[in-house]
Order: sequence, then structure tokens, then C-alpha cells
Amino acid sequence: MAWGSGTGRRFAGIPWRMIASDAAARFMLVCKAACAVHVFNNYVCSIALLRGPSMLPAINVSGDVVAVEHISVRSGTIDVGDVVLLRSPENPLKVVTKRVTGLEGDSVTFERDPARGDHRPKTVLVPKGHVWVQGDNVYESRDSRQFGPVPYGLIHGRAFCKLWPPKDFGYIQQKL
Amino acid sequence: MILRLIIVYLRFLLIVGMSAGMGSQNFLWQLTKRTVTGALIGITISDRYVTVSSIRGSSMYPAFQTTPATFPGSLKGDLVLAERFCLEKYKFSLGDVIIFQGPDNHKRNLVKRLIALPGQWIQIPESSEMLKIPEGHCWVEGDNSACSLDSRSFGPIPLGLVKGRVTHVIWPPHRIGAIERKVPTGRTPPY
Repeated sequence: MAWGSGTGRRFAGIPWRMIASDAAARFMLVCKAACAVHVFNNYVCSIALLRGPSMLPAINVSGDVVAVEHISVRSGTIDVGDVVLLRSPENPLKVVTKRVTGLEGDSVTFERDPARGDHRPKTVLVPKGHVWVQGDNVYESRDSRQFGPVPYGLIHGRAFCKLWPPKDFGYIQQKL
Repeated sequence: MILRLIIVYLRFLLIVGMSAGMGSQNFLWQLTKRTVTGALIGITISDRYVTVSSIRGSSMYPAFQTTPATFPGSLKGDLVLAERFCLEKYKFSLGDVIIFQGPDNHKRNLVKRLIALPGQWIQIPESSEMLKIPEGHCWVEGDNSACSLDSRSFGPIPLGLVKGRVTHVIWPPHRIGAIERKVPTGRTPPY
């Protein structure tokens, strides 16, 4: 034997088999937990940090933590006035927060460009399978007024509750 | 598709349960636990990495074919494997076959070939007009242009609707194989 007999005995004495099976069991447990978290986050409820000026009175510029539920998107019960998270049609890597102001078949009236003083109203009909989304802050929001109605499939959650900062804790109002 | 799998699985469980003598509480508890765990793992893998999907319709003939049903309840279309790694960065190549949610019906997934990426110009068939694909969108068309509902009717689609890239046909057995990238010539001008 190459090693000293003491080292060899000690090495052989360690219950490798037990350690390995234990490690595998732990690893499986972590995997299962990760899967459970994924499913919960994607199908039930998740938490998101929202930032930016486009939803101003409802969501702060500096960033609010909100709870997002995914059930009503899947069941198709998104309604006018809901604050939704959707993949930006202009950049699929970006998720934006807007308020739904029109569902398929509705006609939506909006001011063309209030930021530049263009207050002429314009009315559009939302096509089938699409929704019209707009930021609450009409002066600083890139939304359906620029890129048109968005397919329902881009929506992936409805923000329903503000969690942080604590002074704003509460449900997000459905504003019409 | 998934429903059918679940039914098959439940039937399997029933058979196993009967042969094991069904009565014991412990056995049932173990069974539920395993089913739930399996479902969680399965959903996660299918959501994040690789998924299996069945294809109906003939819009992608001859890449995918619809075979006449031999007995009731059998699969009518091809089964394909779709990977979801491409969704990490939304990087696609021309000629990829992609699965995406229908822009006018989010419950229906469509499978088409990607013809043009953002910033490219494309010639719209049936009119010699050129169109620039807007930022974050892509142009999709079926291989079988005679019967395909695609960008020619609903225009460019947002990349955010894409749910995966089809890589292999896994059923029926005689057509198992990878799907090659194919770009139709003469549609998009070269750079």
C-alpha cells in the first residue's frame, strides 16, 4: 500500500457510499424546491420590482416592489383598468408595466401626444386578440399610443398589491 | 396533448395501485407525493428547457406532416421537440422553425418558419411592396404557403410571443430527425 496504513484505514473508514447518497438526496431536494418555486412564480404569484416614470401616481420612479399574479392572465379575465406586466413589443428582453385601457373590440380614445401639446383626440378600434395599454403618466410613457395595440400573449402578469415601500402597502386600484 | 398524457398516467397509477392492494393509506400518500413532485419537475423542464409539442395542420408541409388517423384517439400530427434556451437572449437565426402564440388568439400556438428579423427589409408576396421589420418583431411564414396563416395575413409579430425553437421531429419513427434551417431565396435582399 502506497499510503501509510493509518491513512489508508482512515480513508477506507469514511462511509463514502452514505455520504454520496446523502448528497444526492439533498441535491434532489434542492432541485424539487427550485421546481416548486418556478411553478409557483410562473403560474400563481410572483414578486417584481417596477421602476420608471410611466405609471407615476400608482408606481414611483424610484421603484416599488409589487406582487404579481398570473392566474387571471391564464384564465383570460384581464379587464380594463388592471395594471399588467407585459413583454415590450419593441424589445422582448424588457418587461414594462402599463394599465389596460381597452380590450379586443373596444374603441379607445386618447390624446395624440400631450407631451408635445398635441391634445387632439384620436379613436382606434382594438383588433381581435389584442389589448390597448397605456401608462398612467401620459406625458412620459411609451405605450400603445406609439406601438399600437399589443397581442394578449405578451401579457404575463397582473400587479395587484404593492409590498414596498411599507407606507404605500396596499392593493393597486383599478382605475377607469 | 398534456391531458392525454395525464390520463395515461392516471390509468397506469390505477393499475399499479390495484396490483399493490390499494388499501393502505401510506401507499396512497406516497403516490400523491410522487405525482406532485413529478408534475412539478416536468412542468419546470417543459417551461424552461425542452418541451414536446404536437403539430396539427399542413402549413409546414413537408417539414411536418399530418397523417390520417389510423384509429380513434391516435395522434394526428407529428410530435416535435422544441428547445427554450433561445428565449434567454431572444437570439434567433433566419430559417429557424419557431413556436409562438397566435397574435390574434393567445390560446393557440402556431409553428412557422422565421423569414426576417428586425431591421431587415422583406418583400410582401402578392404585392411588390417592401416592408421594414420593426424593432423587436419578426416575419414568419409557413413552408406551405398555399394553406398557411402567417405574417402575410397578420403582419410582423413581436418576438415576445415566441415560445421556443423546434429542433427535432420525434414521432412518427420513420421521420425522426433534426429540422434544418432553410431560408427561401429572393425574399429578403442581401446586405
